[in-house]
Amino acid sequence: MTGPETIVVRTGTANLASVLAALERLGAPARPSNDPTDVERAERLILPGVGAFGMAMDRLQADELVEPLRRRIEAGKPTLAICLGMQLLFDRSDESPGWTGLGVAPGTLRRFTGNVRIPQMGWNRIVAENSCRILTGGYVYFANSYRATQTPPGWSAATADHGGAFLAAIERDAVVACQFHPELSGSFGLALIRRWFSIGGASC
Amino acid sequence: MLTVRIIPCLDVRDGRVVKGVRFQNLRDAGAPAELAAEYERQGADELAMLDVSATPEGRKTAVQTVKDVRRVLAVPMLVGGGVRQSEDAAALLDAGADKVSTNTAAVERPELIDEMAARFGSQCTVLAIDAAEFEGRFEVVTRSGTHRTGSDAVAWARQGAQRGAGEILLTSWDRDGTRSGYHLELIERVADAVPVPIIASGGAENARHLAEAVRAGATGLLAASIFHDADLTVAELKRDLRSLGVEVRP
Repeated sequence: MTGPETIVVRTGTANLASVLAALERLGAPARPSNDPTDVERAERLILPGVGAFGMAMDRLQADELVEPLRRRIEAGKPTLAICLGMQLLFDRSDESPGWTGLGVAPGTLRRFTGNVRIPQMGWNRIVAENSCRILTGGYVYFANSYRATQTPPGWSAATADHGGAFLAAIERDAVVACQFHPELSGSFGLALIRRWFSIGGASC
Repeated sequence: MLTVRIIPCLDVRDGRVVKGVRFQNLRDAGAPAELAAEYERQGADELAMLDVSATPEGRKTAVQTVKDVRRVLAVPMLVGGGVRQSEDAAALLDAGADKVSTNTAAVERPELIDEMAARFGSQCTVLAIDAAEFEGRFEVVTRSGTHRTGSDAVAWARQGAQRGAGEILLTSWDRDGTRSGYHLELIERVADAVPVPIIASGGAENARHLAEAVRAGATGLLAASIFHDADLTVAELKRDLRSLGVEVRP
């Protein structure tokens, strides 16, 4: 696969190696950056994230990436948010009370409840709504303690179960936000990234 | 519902995979990236890589080995061995590890767990515990099982989870390499004590052993010798587990 460069946002708390390795396997040129202009203008952008909600938002604020991210997601430009990256799209998280997220998807992240081990660590089966273009059903790898449960208006969702139903991923236009790690979800995850590449019009 | 994870483990020294019975009598069993790719092909849900190098040079090699494995591996990678400070964990994560485990260093300085969890998140922070049974009590052992710490393994697991470890990698020293089954009582006691996931390790020979560990409370199942000797592929093991009623990823 060739095509335009993919910018991988360097959030500081995230481990980029697995994401970059996945893109390399797909033959997609990629570059880590935390430059606001890159984030705003990138043909394709991946927002990874590992760590705490508040710390990641602080970093995005300090790097002046909040507005560029909001604008490109609102515009439906090709953006793939992963794990904490997905959570940052929402208003708030119980993980970091007092912090606000990007707020492009309404809702608050809450900790898993019920008779389950937390963090959710492992492969779970997701089911995608028919309206999804990029998300499909299958097994994917999760590593999270907080999750959203209500599909934001205007988005299509894939759901899974861990002590109750939760949002495994949402998509709108060329924006996909995955609570799971497509880059660690074997051939299923790579196929998902490839579909995301094809939606934005890049050659595959 | 979350499926049970099958986690082949590669013991790596100076860039080569070795396998030991009770961590000693190590013998060469292949190149890490080759084995890792083969395991993923067979259906491994995650890969564990334990660096058993004894020298600083060996540790540097381990970072390169993680890079080599990451290039071919599209499932999660847990890396442990020789992590003395959060900087060591950072180097392994940068190289491509998804989770890093700490063992002896955390016993000697428990704050290491807090530091790793604060810096990388609980999801990246795994506490590896080697436990041995002495008169009905499980004690933490370190330095490849040669040193008794006097600490209670169940209490240590609880403390580790409270300090921010997102997972416990629980090895029974009594069972490691024996192929006599996981130590179920050890798994049960730790599973009752902590809310985080537990990877059971030490003693697995067949699917029945794995199914027993799941019932005891493990959500991840680590095994080395079954796979290295090609007694059973991951796919065969999963097929057997399914027939025993354990849900695994197809």
